[in-house]
Amino acid sequence: MDAFMQFIFSGLTVGAVYALVALGFTIIYNASDVVNFAQGEFVMLGGMITVFAFDAGLPLPLAAAIAIVITAGIGVALNKFAIEPARGAPVVTLIIITIGASILIRGASQVVFDKQLHRLPAFSGDDPIHVLGATLLPQSLWVIGGAIGIFIALWLFFTRTLLGKAVLATANNRLAAQLVGINTGFVMTLSFALSAAIGALAGVLVTPITLVSYDVGVGLALKGFAAAMLGGMGNPKGALAGGLLLGLFEALTAGYISSQYKEAVAFIVILAVLFVMPQGLFGAKKTERV
Amino acid sequence: MAILEINGLGISFGGLRAVNDVSFSVKPGEIVSVIGPNGAGKTTLFNMISGVYLPSDGEVKLNGENVTAKAPHLLAEKGLTRTFQNLQIFQEMTVLENVLAGFHLSVRPSILSDLLSLPGAKRRSAEAREKAMAFLEKVRLANAAEEEAGNLSYGALKRLEIARALAVGPKVLLLDEPAAGCNAVETEEIDELIAELAQSGIAILLVEHDMKMVMRISNHIVVLDHGEKIAEGTPEAVSKNPDVIAAYLGAEEEPAHADG
Repeated sequence: MDAFMQFIFSGLTVGAVYALVALGFTIIYNASDVVNFAQGEFVMLGGMITVFAFDAGLPLPLAAAIAIVITAGIGVALNKFAIEPARGAPVVTLIIITIGASILIRGASQVVFDKQLHRLPAFSGDDPIHVLGATLLPQSLWVIGGAIGIFIALWLFFTRTLLGKAVLATANNRLAAQLVGINTGFVMTLSFALSAAIGALAGVLVTPITLVSYDVGVGLALKGFAAAMLGGMGNPKGALAGGLLLGLFEALTAGYISSQYKEAVAFIVILAVLFVMPQGLFGAKKTERV
Repeated sequence: MAILEINGLGISFGGLRAVNDVSFSVKPGEIVSVIGPNGAGKTTLFNMISGVYLPSDGEVKLNGENVTAKAPHLLAEKGLTRTFQNLQIFQEMTVLENVLAGFHLSVRPSILSDLLSLPGAKRRSAEAREKAMAFLEKVRLANAAEEEAGNLSYGALKRLEIARALAVGPKVLLLDEPAAGCNAVETEEIDELIAELAQSGIAILLVEHDMKMVMRISNHIVVLDHGEKIAEGTPEAVSKNPDVIAAYLGAEEEPAHADG
């Protein structure tokens, strides 16, 4: 029982990170139908920039804020210089562009920063909290709280605000959105900024637990993608549920089967979703018109 | 005083001159139709006026202001919107939501009150729904309001697109084949609707293949052939113009496609 609770806690923590990555996927996908595989690099940048700013002597909250703003700027640049010029190209082309961008960002980070592993101090100390016979790091609460907070903010944004609706309208039909007066260029810029900022925040929150180096982005992007697929691409509720579930699957697999299979879980989930329910847990069923 | 002025508009795609030096104007409350055989450049002309294509030369003036090549969302702000021959509908939204989207520019939201669902926000959204329903009544789609737009028939979607365009509150409305795919009764309804809109002061620019409809409702007709304006005038004058008859019955090159 104690072991079980321990697995649950670690599953929820890592799941919350996947959920944040998946939420980032959700925003850009909602605005443009593009699955942005550079999403993992945003997480890496958030962690790396915070580490370097913090080591340079800045207080942690300021370092984190700088990292989030710079990463959001890089997100906007990605849209401006890589996605926008290719507007009108098929979605697959745009997705391949994001893969290229992720390789570029990773390479540049290796040069600008370094190839070492870095860590940040935990926000509220390292004294574990004892709950139900298991231990929980205070930083885990930060990660889980961050994911839930961002989810609620996004949910309200998409369901309650005119701007959020404009993002959904742009995703649904760009030309029609323009006809009713929606500035779709701005919607795209906003989506990339928001998505990058959320990725960076995930990076800041998780670095004290998992450490960060220039190459953590690839794995996170894949896990986040699996989480978004599981929950239903494009749905914030699905991203949260998918992320937490994937984290739990991983932790339980590592605990009860073998930690060697842990990495395979995400891929098994992707395959299972594609075979059994391509629309995911919360995704809308698409009806094909004939 | 014309609200929409087209001066010497032209565009080339590579070596192909799709539209060349077309000029005409539309006054408020007037129905102007653009006709011509298939491939004459009617839709291309529409795409240039509505900011979808970038004209190679010439200018578009809206209310005296040069709006050539302005993006569609800026034109919507200035009171020009359009419908499409091949439909641009938010397929995954309901019929009502499609029309509500048309209020994008007129709703003045307050993010805080929207987020907290304060009474002000609720009242605004109730008002918008009421207005949207009124537009749906106008195009006879009120009973389909909650249906997903993707499930509607082609003719119904054509009318939905008009309702959404009306919600934008246009001064100039471009209709690209509004009656295509509609049966005789629906065509007549659209007929009446267009006349009613013009009466309310909206300037209407129409591309339509249904010649009976064009002759019946237009105040003024512009005829295109091979991208050039070959005639313009009242329905009567145009239908007797020998150049127009030649273009439509135009022996060697192309059979007539008067009924689309």
